Amino acid sequence: MLLTITTSRFPADNLGYLLHKHPAKIQSADISAGKAHIFYPEVSAEKCTAALLLDIDPVGLVRSSGPKGNDFALEQYVNDRPYVASSFMSAAIAKAYSSAMNGRCKDKPELVDVAMPFTVKLSVLSVRGGEAVLRALFEPLGYTINAQQHQLDPLYPDWGQSRYFTVELSHTITLQRLLSHLYVLIPVCDNDKHYWINAEEVEKLLAKGSGWLEAHPAKEMIVRRYLKDQRSLAGQALSVLLSKDEAEVEEAAVEAPEEVTEPKVRIHDLRLQAAKDELLLAGAKRVADLGCGECRLLKLLLAERQFEFILGMDVSIRVLQIANNRLKIERMPDKQRERIQLIQGSLTYRDKRLEGFDGAALVEVIEHLDPPRLAALERAVFEYAKPGTVVVTTPNAEYNVLFENHPEGKMRHNDHRFEWTRKEFEAWATDLAVKYNYNVLFKAVGEEDAEVGALSQMAVFSLQKDNLKND
Amino acid sequence: MRAAQRFACRPQLWGHVIPHHVSQLKRGLRKLREEGFRHIFELRTPEEVDAITEIHRDPLYNNKKQETGPLDIIGDIHGCYDELVELLTEMGYTYDGETWAHPQGRKAVFAGDLVDRGPNTPEVLKLVMGMVAAGNAYCVPGNHDIKLKRWLDGKNVQPTHGLQESIDQLNLKTPEFREQVRKFLEGLISHYVFDEGKLVVAHAGLKENMQGRGSGAVREFCLYGETTGEIDEFGLPVRHNWAEEYKGKAMVVYGHTPVPRAQWLNNTIDIDTGCVFGGSLTALRYPERGIVSVKAARVYCEPARPLGYVKDAAENLSLQQQNDDVLDIADVTGKQIVETALANNVTIREENAVAALEVMSRFAINPKWLIYLPPTMSPSKTSVMEDYLEFPAEAFEYYKTAGVNRVVCQEKHMGSRAVVIVGRNEEAIGKAFGIKGEGIGTIYTRTGRAFFNDKATEQALLARVNDALIAWGFYERFNTDWVCLDTELMPWSAKAQALLQTQYAAVGAAATHALADVTAALAQLAQRDANGEALLAEYRERENEAKQFVSAYQQYCWPVNGLDGIKLAPFHIMASESKLWTSENHEWHMEEIKKICAADPQILMATPYRIVDLDNAEDVQQATAWWMNLTGKGGEGMVVKPYNFIERDGKGTIQPAIKIRGREYLRIIYGPEYTAPENLIRLKSRGLNAKRGMAMREFALGIEGLQRFTNKEPLRRVHQCVFGILAMESEAVDPRL
Repeated sequence: MLLTITTSRFPADNLGYLLHKHPAKIQSADISAGKAHIFYPEVSAEKCTAALLLDIDPVGLVRSSGPKGNDFALEQYVNDRPYVASSFMSAAIAKAYSSAMNGRCKDKPELVDVAMPFTVKLSVLSVRGGEAVLRALFEPLGYTINAQQHQLDPLYPDWGQSRYFTVELSHTITLQRLLSHLYVLIPVCDNDKHYWINAEEVEKLLAKGSGWLEAHPAKEMIVRRYLKDQRSLAGQALSVLLSKDEAEVEEAAVEAPEEVTEPKVRIHDLRLQAAKDELLLAGAKRVADLGCGECRLLKLLLAERQFEFILGMDVSIRVLQIANNRLKIERMPDKQRERIQLIQGSLTYRDKRLEGFDGAALVEVIEHLDPPRLAALERAVFEYAKPGTVVVTTPNAEYNVLFENHPEGKMRHNDHRFEWTRKEFEAWATDLAVKYNYNVLFKAVGEEDAEVGALSQMAVFSLQKDNLKND
Repeated sequence: MRAAQRFACRPQLWGHVIPHHVSQLKRGLRKLREEGFRHIFELRTPEEVDAITEIHRDPLYNNKKQETGPLDIIGDIHGCYDELVELLTEMGYTYDGETWAHPQGRKAVFAGDLVDRGPNTPEVLKLVMGMVAAGNAYCVPGNHDIKLKRWLDGKNVQPTHGLQESIDQLNLKTPEFREQVRKFLEGLISHYVFDEGKLVVAHAGLKENMQGRGSGAVREFCLYGETTGEIDEFGLPVRHNWAEEYKGKAMVVYGHTPVPRAQWLNNTIDIDTGCVFGGSLTALRYPERGIVSVKAARVYCEPARPLGYVKDAAENLSLQQQNDDVLDIADVTGKQIVETALANNVTIREENAVAALEVMSRFAINPKWLIYLPPTMSPSKTSVMEDYLEFPAEAFEYYKTAGVNRVVCQEKHMGSRAVVIVGRNEEAIGKAFGIKGEGIGTIYTRTGRAFFNDKATEQALLARVNDALIAWGFYERFNTDWVCLDTELMPWSAKAQALLQTQYAAVGAAATHALADVTAALAQLAQRDANGEALLAEYRERENEAKQFVSAYQQYCWPVNGLDGIKLAPFHIMASESKLWTSENHEWHMEEIKKICAADPQILMATPYRIVDLDNAEDVQQATAWWMNLTGKGGEGMVVKPYNFIERDGKGTIQPAIKIRGREYLRIIYGPEYTAPENLIRLKSRGLNAKRGMAMREFALGIEGLQRFTNKEPLRRVHQCVFGILAMESEAVDPRL
């Protein structure tokens, strides 16, 4: 909300020339969401402070969004935007101090390239990632940092700290460089932007970052956050800054789901491979991937000629859209397109569309259901859909002790409702098999430990033959 | 011929169209005969067609829609004459020396299988034939009756499955009697549709798409039901249970398969309770739905499959409850239209159902619990007063315009909406909800999620509520073992902790710290330059508003430790055993709840309320002052409801409740600075129509779901309503309303 720049370099009121703002005046500039005021709280030859104060219209921020406005996610009235230094502050810097940012000083051009002692104060700066991120961003550039983090609510100390800091940055540096650092790094701290990012933004970043961003040790984070959530743009910008290989690694890291403790060795690939192998072995021709997610197993299944028809089902329409885009179904040749279908469905409901399959896979699905809802899944799959073969995988809870930094009793994923030991899983599956006339076999998936077993466990159910006869 | 003339001018069509048409017609005719239609009229020449002067439509034989009863439908008798007489007598039928009749004009409907196996087939036939002839009864044929007819026709039939007994008994009678029986059996119609199509009787039941139809396939189904072709471990054909999938509107009453007791399943009921196998003879009274049974005097015949044998029967759950374990996705996805008593048909759009499916599947609790979701509530129209966004006057005006002159104002608690279902014990829950091992009840949110992440806290709170209900004698007074309450659970911070911290406290922290520095800098400026005063004053006001914002949300937070600190304020008694309480007015609800709350004031909180006569200016003025006082102390505001739970105006049901939120409370909705005149004036333009429409439809669906549940309809029918509310909630409506 407030950015003050103070210098003590004699005569300090030269700051007015450098900023192209007269110290005796209170000025205003229009920015997209309101106004910015520029004024000098203190002016003397010994010390001069220039203040840039945001005056954001909180109602306008919400009401102007729509087809013509920026359809961003910050649409709530209860919103920190009016009070923090964010991309609005960057926009205000560019607007109010444009000459200084571009290295122009009409009256005293000799001052432009002079490094001066500056102290910058930001009230308040929102920092995702806390003080460590703040230090990682500014310290390599030579700043001394004095940051005070604020409590969420002093009345409720147990709510902990907020992400807001009052920050003082001191450095001896040219004003132009100082402003370009602030322009880029304020929104990077905040990790949010008030406008859509487009290709121009890449050029802006490269221009403003020229001369310092290339060598910044946190440049990957700066680029990723500055071009927030625009993966291809991020890749584009990174490929300018980095060698191509590194860029690919970076993209993969962005894609990886958060809060998963499982090791990076692609255990999930092993599970998918195992599920596919079991379905092949069973001789299944019509197969269903129940809880198909973003289609990784479907891709594997499509490559096998044995599978004549493949159904992918998931409860999340968003995930199905991703799957659809990845598989590029509409671009498939007719013959191939006829082999595959994606549907939205839920395993807690009985579904006629799931009848008549030879094989079905539930890879890492059951643990996402609350235990009391499992009974519905059991009946929906084993009593009604009744595929010839059912492959079920789920984490082996015993293995969790081998994870580093994994607190006891914690699940591997935020959405896991339970994780079973081998004994628990086997008891469940055996009961199920008896009840619905299936035979069941258990297999380990992934790295196996003598004591606690494998990372993941798998049950392969096959319908008893005399139950198949239909005459 | 006529077509040929028409086509004469277009010879290129003449070539194939008509011969094709003719051959298809001929093939179709052959098919008709194969399907078993008894009356087929063929008109072979134009003269025959021209000779027709009038088409006279006979209703199908099975159409008895004008017969509205009352009726008594009687299950498989199998020659058990004594039990039949006992049953008729028990139901009030009397014998006048010639035939049986009911003094109130009730009629009997025999569901078939009168004969075979039992001790006295001829007397049963005589009785039934007499009643039918006298117009006191209807009769549909069973498979045994038809097989006996074939024997009477002189066909070669195997005298198995009890036919031998019938043959032996009938051979003792006169040939004339046997001929009478043959004619009677020949004349029986496969099934009947009664009472405007609301009741169907067929021996083995009947699927919806076959009801009121006549064909060989329909007759076959009525006699034998649907079999899968498989043979079970007793050598009997495996029957496909069509009733499990039945979704028709008509009640279907049938027999054929002996069951230990008659039970409802999807509005169908099997009333063959195996009298001849030593079970009982059962009748269903229509429309009362009462069941009358008489025990068999003895076992007349040993059943091949033990009576009451059900594979893996779930203990103590009714057929319907077992069937309800799994709902069918087809009942909720796609565009759905739900008939409701309050708002006619409510349409649920496909895209909303898609969103609801995900929420329901991933986060909601067992759908057997979800008998009700509370509707959203609309605020009052925007106030005309300068300083207020909402004010009581507009809510009063709404109800006055709708012709309601008596309303109830209730204090609006700032907590989280919670639906509480609690039973006397787990058994009561099992009986009413078909849920085992999930405790004595549940507490869930507006979107069907468990209110508490921790089951132990939930059950501990429910135990307290249960104790209070027991202490007051609620269960006895309400003649129930369970109750569903609509409540507000406090503090807000108990449920909305994450929201409070990430949104409200965060904004508060950012605003207060930033504005403190801003006003300090501006004060420094103003000391030096008087032109800075205006800006300073403006930001001082903002600083002040930020502080008010923080104290506004702090009102609704207090620490909770286990149950300590939790307050539950019920405001509606929604339903209890077989009873929906929306017929009672809000004063009744408030007073009944007050009595429950008195039993445990530490946790239960009665809601302060007042009744307002809208024609009485003083009443209105006092209620307004009450609201000012409540909100002045930081309260959320009040809810105005019509005195009666459900109120209608000329156009239909009106809003069941309108909220008027306090000026300070609205800061946490519209932001710290909303009261600044330049902000308030813009915020005042807000459209309420979408919200009101949604509130109305959700209310109608909510009540409909509960009504269906208390009527003991299949869960599918209840779930449709609840799912519909959830789907509606995914609609884009201004979340601040």
